[in-house]
Amino acid sequence: MNTTLSKTENNETPQPETVEISGSKALLEALLAENVDTVFGYPGGAIMPIYDALYDYSETLKHILVRHEQGAIHAAQGFARTSGKTGVVFATSGPGATNLVTGLADAMIDSNPIVCITGQVFASLLGTDAFQETDVINITTPVTKWNYQVTDATEIPEAIAKAFHIAATGRPGPVLIDITKNAQLQLFAFEGYKKCSHIRSYRPEPEIRNEYIERAAELINQAKKPFVVFGQGVILGKAEEEFKAFIEKVNLPAAATVMGLSALPTDHQLHVGMLGMHGNYAPNVMTNECDVLIAVGMRFDDRVTGRLDKYAKQAKVIHLDIDPAEIDKNVKTTVPVWGNCKKTLPMLTALLKENDHSYWLQQFRELEKEEVKEVIQNELNPVTDTMTMGEVIKVLNDLTNGDAIIATDVGQHQMVSCRYARFNNSKSSVTSGGLGTMGFGLPAAIGAWYGAPEKTVVAIIGDGGFQMTLQELGTIMQFGAKVKILILNNEFLGMVRQWQQLFHDRRYSFVNITSPDFVAVAKGYYIEGQRISERKDLKTALETMLSHDGAYLLEVMVGKENNVFPMVTQGSSVSEIRLK
Amino acid sequence: MEKEEFTITLYTENSIGLIGRIAGIFSRRKINIESLNTSPSEVDGIHRFTLVITENEEVVRKLCRQLEKQIDVLKAYYNTDDEIVWQEQALYKVPADVVTEKVYVERLLRQYGASTVVIRQDYIVFETAGHREEIDRLTEELNKYGLIEFVRGARIAIIKNSAGIHDKVLQFENREPSPHLVENEYLDQRDHVFTM
Ligand SMILES: Cc1ncc(C[n+]2csc(CCOP(=O)(O)OP(=O)(O)O)c2C)c(N)n1
Repeated sequence: MNTTLSKTENNETPQPETVEISGSKALLEALLAENVDTVFGYPGGAIMPIYDALYDYSETLKHILVRHEQGAIHAAQGFARTSGKTGVVFATSGPGATNLVTGLADAMIDSNPIVCITGQVFASLLGTDAFQETDVINITTPVTKWNYQVTDATEIPEAIAKAFHIAATGRPGPVLIDITKNAQLQLFAFEGYKKCSHIRSYRPEPEIRNEYIERAAELINQAKKPFVVFGQGVILGKAEEEFKAFIEKVNLPAAATVMGLSALPTDHQLHVGMLGMHGNYAPNVMTNECDVLIAVGMRFDDRVTGRLDKYAKQAKVIHLDIDPAEIDKNVKTTVPVWGNCKKTLPMLTALLKENDHSYWLQQFRELEKEEVKEVIQNELNPVTDTMTMGEVIKVLNDLTNGDAIIATDVGQHQMVSCRYARFNNSKSSVTSGGLGTMGFGLPAAIGAWYGAPEKTVVAIIGDGGFQMTLQELGTIMQFGAKVKILILNNEFLGMVRQWQQLFHDRRYSFVNITSPDFVAVAKGYYIEGQRISERKDLKTALETMLSHDGAYLLEVMVGKENNVFPMVTQGSSVSEIRLK
Repeated sequence: MEKEEFTITLYTENSIGLIGRIAGIFSRRKINIESLNTSPSEVDGIHRFTLVITENEEVVRKLCRQLEKQIDVLKAYYNTDDEIVWQEQALYKVPADVVTEKVYVERLLRQYGASTVVIRQDYIVFETAGHREEIDRLTEELNKYGLIEFVRGARIAIIKNSAGIHDKVLQFENREPSPHLVENEYLDQRDHVFTM
């Protein structure tokens, strides 16, 4: 039997000739037909037939054996975020599959296209509490865009085709296909693989309504203080150029959500910063002063809006989104512009009248000066001996020129990275925005590197989060992902400590976390590294890390009780943002 | 906004597990489903869910968008009671002697348009269909005469101002029909138990 059915020498799909193959093999053929080249996974009893078949495909399908299934799915997320492709995950039944749940929830809320293949016990054992049987479909239903259990090999091609179509189209999301062991083993007449491009009950993109585009353009043309807030939708819609053309035509100030970072170069003259709880001062304050708020591919998360009843009440809201369920979900919209922003933005731009909002833009710059004076200056150029997280990012920026991919874990270092890292290129910020998953950073960085191996990938991680995930050093060791690991060690679960300091009377309840010798741990995995605690060593240490050919771990000891400011505290409005 | 009774009508694919997905959308928001019916629709292979909830319209509208977003849901509609023709069915089991001996019970049943489903020596089962209040009133009356058992069915509803799903489906199907996946046909074959 030939091993690759879907590709002939000249790369054409052959005429469907019926061959008897196993369900497992059909699955791998389907993946190849979907142009999958990298899979992150972990084997086990219930997925063994697939792994057995994979043995014959090692030339065409790269499999990265992670050290924990949660690592597999975060890696797949990182891969999807930097490559723009669908990330693929293999896991076995029961505990393997349940270890995916956090990653599924993360991918769901951050709209990452992921296809997970889980093994399942024999169909005849379903529902019998068989060894390693869990009801994966029911467990994962709320955290998948779609899931499906395959119990017969003949279903595999269609199920996989549907899975890839659903994961990547419309608002992307994670899909899980659970395949029983009998279906993996079963031989059936394989008639070739057909991609899916249409599902009766699934309309990934809503119809674009011209009248709404016109009304939106009218509002923008009349606006004195228009303000654009953009999210990941710009990146997912591959609409970076269209977005730039849109804001440039009439000089619209634009601010990013955490998930929108890198969609517009940080240095762009119309980029006025980041929104949200730890976002910049100006865009948060000006949200409550603009007269037209134009939201592009973002979902008004509560970390962005603060108190909803005090959010942009004065503004008319135009909301561009591919997902109709987002319209009016949190913020009442004056004009909804349904559709893919790659299509709707140019339509809108065409109707805009040349306009110059320099006076309005200037107001952002004034407030920015205030933030620089009160916060940024001290953070980036501290006068005390202890290093700040911000200055580490600043030196990193200087050395990478904003061309690196920055993957972060969750906590203070994440917010500092998002605030200060410079991004020249789209798809270069990888962070867990919606779920805020500690343990995300390292595996996501590994996946990010596989998604963009030509890029420098720096994982910025806290001492707490790193200990949730350091087993993935083993993956780096074995497969050679050239990930630069930058641990910002404040010897605390910093973000929680900050809240305890501000809102719980400094009662530091269980946030004091001790760490092993991270450099020694890395050495144990044959990964080079060093630890520094003095400013004078910072630049050289970062240079060494960046120039090292291969993975590298740099631990930087930073101020123990530094805080991330500005901050919109819970229950206040975005314009009440605190500078200290 | 005032809460009122809304009837949600969903047209869906007939797929296993969808009911869990749909129920999850309500339970996650702590919204109680007061009545739930699923049945085939006028289009072969398409199912129809009828759900009743009491909520304000804003919430219901958002819910319907979330429901319609589910892959296997073709269409979600929501309506107030005056926009639909609706029915609920009820069965009543009463002691036979009461009905035979006390004529006015019989009259009561006639008055409510109930019909007899089963007559036995010890009990009689009546059936009626109508609006909830009518059913409730009859239940209350029969209770006085030793109602043994009572069950009410889920609401079914026809939307007054609707062209059904046929045209919509044709619209959705304007390109090639989507693949149909078969469901687990192994569940009843427990005798073939494999091991690893
Ligand atoms: C899996 C998980 N558990 C708990 C939390 C809550 N949490 C958010 S930030 C944080 C502290 C992170 O500490 P560290 O990794 O040291 O980073 P730092 O804030 O100090 O930069 C915690 C515990 C979380 N986000 N994710």
